[in-house]
Amino acid sequence: MLELTPDRRLTGGIRLLAHKAQSTTEPILRGLVPPELVIGLHQHAGESAVPIVEVGQRVAKGEPIAVPGPGVSAGVHASSSGRVRAIEERLIPTGARLRNALCVVIDTDGEDFPYRGATSSAWPTDRAAQLDLVRRAGIAGLGGAAFPTAAKLEGVAGRCKALIVNGAECEPYISCDDMLMREFPEEIVLGVIRMADLVDAPLAIIVIERDKPQAIDAIRRAALAAGDPRLRLAEVPTIYPAGGERQLIELLTGEEVPSGTYPNAIGYVCQNVGTAYALQRLASSGEPVTSRIVTVTGLGVATPRNVEVPIGTPIGWLIEQCGGYRDDVVRLIHGGSMMGYALPSDELPVTKATSCILAATDDEIRVDFDEWACIRCGECGAACPARLQPQELVVAATARDFDDLEALGLDDCIECGCCDVVCPSHIVLTERFRSAKRALAQHLRKQALSSEAEARHKRRERRREAAVEDTRAAQEALKAQLRADEERRRAIEEAVERAKRRKRGNVEP
Amino acid sequence: MRRVLYALAPAAAVYTWFFGFGLLINFVIAVLAAVGTEAAIMLLRRRPVVRSLRDCSAIVTAALLAFALPPLVPWWIPALGGVVAIGLAKQLYGGLGKNLFNPAMVAYVLLLVSFPVLMTQWLPPRMGDIDYRALGFVDQVRYSLFAELPPERTIDAYTRATPLDMVKEGLRAQRPFQELRAHSMIGTFGGRGWEWVGNFIALGGLYLLYAGIIRWHIPVSVLGGLLLPALVLHLIDPSGYAGPAFHLFSGAALLGAFFIATDPVSAPTTDRGRLYYGAGIGLLTYAIRTWGGYPDGLAFAVLLMNAAVPLIDRYTQPRIYGHAKR
Repeated sequence: MLELTPDRRLTGGIRLLAHKAQSTTEPILRGLVPPELVIGLHQHAGESAVPIVEVGQRVAKGEPIAVPGPGVSAGVHASSSGRVRAIEERLIPTGARLRNALCVVIDTDGEDFPYRGATSSAWPTDRAAQLDLVRRAGIAGLGGAAFPTAAKLEGVAGRCKALIVNGAECEPYISCDDMLMREFPEEIVLGVIRMADLVDAPLAIIVIERDKPQAIDAIRRAALAAGDPRLRLAEVPTIYPAGGERQLIELLTGEEVPSGTYPNAIGYVCQNVGTAYALQRLASSGEPVTSRIVTVTGLGVATPRNVEVPIGTPIGWLIEQCGGYRDDVVRLIHGGSMMGYALPSDELPVTKATSCILAATDDEIRVDFDEWACIRCGECGAACPARLQPQELVVAATARDFDDLEALGLDDCIECGCCDVVCPSHIVLTERFRSAKRALAQHLRKQALSSEAEARHKRRERRREAAVEDTRAAQEALKAQLRADEERRRAIEEAVERAKRRKRGNVEP
Repeated sequence: MRRVLYALAPAAAVYTWFFGFGLLINFVIAVLAAVGTEAAIMLLRRRPVVRSLRDCSAIVTAALLAFALPPLVPWWIPALGGVVAIGLAKQLYGGLGKNLFNPAMVAYVLLLVSFPVLMTQWLPPRMGDIDYRALGFVDQVRYSLFAELPPERTIDAYTRATPLDMVKEGLRAQRPFQELRAHSMIGTFGGRGWEWVGNFIALGGLYLLYAGIIRWHIPVSVLGGLLLPALVLHLIDPSGYAGPAFHLFSGAALLGAFFIATDPVSAPTTDRGRLYYGAGIGLLTYAIRTWGGYPDGLAFAVLLMNAAVPLIDRYTQPRIYGHAKR
């Protein structure tokens, strides 16, 4: 039985216009080599990778230019051949925000000369070696968060109830997973099987939203051909944000990821279809991650389409390859229209987190922020997939009432933006929650520091009191000693006195 | 909120057909007072005036107040109502979205307890078989502005008890409900005339539901809270208690269920909370109608449940995703 039909409904969520058709008419454009690459070494959560190249050095495509740092990290590779021009800090887009990160800037030579170095093409058999290879090959969550894949797989390996492979792609405008599933279903399915082997998962569920019939057909055929009994294909309703990790788990299993933890806490792991594809490329031909599929779309770009883009490609150059801008573009967005964020410039490079570049006109995004009063209609609460009460959160967020923010579950907000969409008063909610989250984290840090200081002070007070007590006890002991000495002296004197009297004339009997 | 006004328009037309122009006169005066008060206070608060009037919420409040008032009252009744609704019940709490109580109901109850006689000047419906005396548009305006009636007529020649009042007094006098039902003031399923106003209010309410302006929870629970005890007691004692159809199509039941209790500002925000809130309003309305001192009780019920909203909100918060059951 390949098909798996969830019998539950998503909590909250909204139906949105998909805006995906415009970018799925053309096949994926491949083989681009930009004149310059700006490759960020810290594209993801965790630690930055450590550069191992020098300025002026020649590098080949796929050559490691940075090795994983300590802890959660991932290696970085040259996306094309050329010469390292600089290693310097630049602003790069990551999963949820912009970040200043060390970047290796490469002037490409256009040869796209492949690296023939030490990458072993054989996929190792034991888990630790597999995870190490995944880590060094720079595989990271290609769904948009770019979380290092090895760390995520390691967190659940051996006790995994199900591997959930996310091809839902619920966010409007983005179609890179859809196109990848249409064009490379066999590779994806083989990657999924390898992942399931790696974490020892009894089930591997590939999830696709119903609005992608071609991708569903392609994956179904590939999965049937692969014939692995662990494979499942789940078609889920097209409701935003069904593709969120926590929402998918709720939808498929009825279980909820406990607050403050990750899916591995209850034995699940979610991986994007693009990540499965990257894993298969690594396992079959030893290729590290040097490119990803990016959806270039929006009414502000001449030819919306999906492009296989070398990591580090400047976004402006990428837009030119898609026919350039139209005149009425007002904003460049990294990611989709719901969870993406505005880019300050098109000189920024593509990273592993860049699923979509949306060149939006003012028909497509909200540029006016004319807010009306909240009338407590409760639509935001009904749309919230985390079952929060945004109308109360926003009051607490504005007042910076940290106790209320914590009690109302601010940290459980997944920042999906549903509340903003349904608000009839056009109140900006998610943006306020993001900034309130930062403020709350800072507040809690400060509180922890001050309570630590208080504890330290109390310990010191106790030590001081103990010392005083010790001194007093010593003094008492000394006094007692002196008293005892005095008494003994007096007893001796009295005895001597008595002896003298006896000698003098036996007065007493 | 303009669409709420559209939803009320057919019912207003039917009301005017049955009871004359009093509703529209009161509406115009209440709108002037409400909008004027809103504008004045926004000026005092140094907030944008036009912007706050554009949301039409003051006009909706005035419309609900006009529906609640008897059609034949002096001009200063709707005027005072408009000022109290917007000035006291809304702006003093901080304006749109901040008021704890339903502004139209605060104004109505204040008028009801302050001017009990004027507030019973209801008119009989346009029907041949009872002594309907036509008051034309000009007569009604004259009464409203100058308290003048056509010569040699007293106010009592025009005004009538409402069906709810008549039935309540009748039941209190130990007359069986079946006999009261046969009275000419009672129509097919509710008060004569009133039942048709009710039909069109329900139609407007269905439009609000269809357009997604309100959710079903409050109307259903208000009507359930009112009709369930009505049905049970009527089945137990058919002559001592009015039936559910009579309760549904008389007084403020339908207007309250679809247009008044659904005011989002003064209602709970969660769907479960709204069920409790609506059921409370329905039950209290039934209790006041049946055992209380007033023929109808919806306004009191709404205000009492408004006061309970913070409590309801607090105890009906849904369990947040990923949190254990409390």
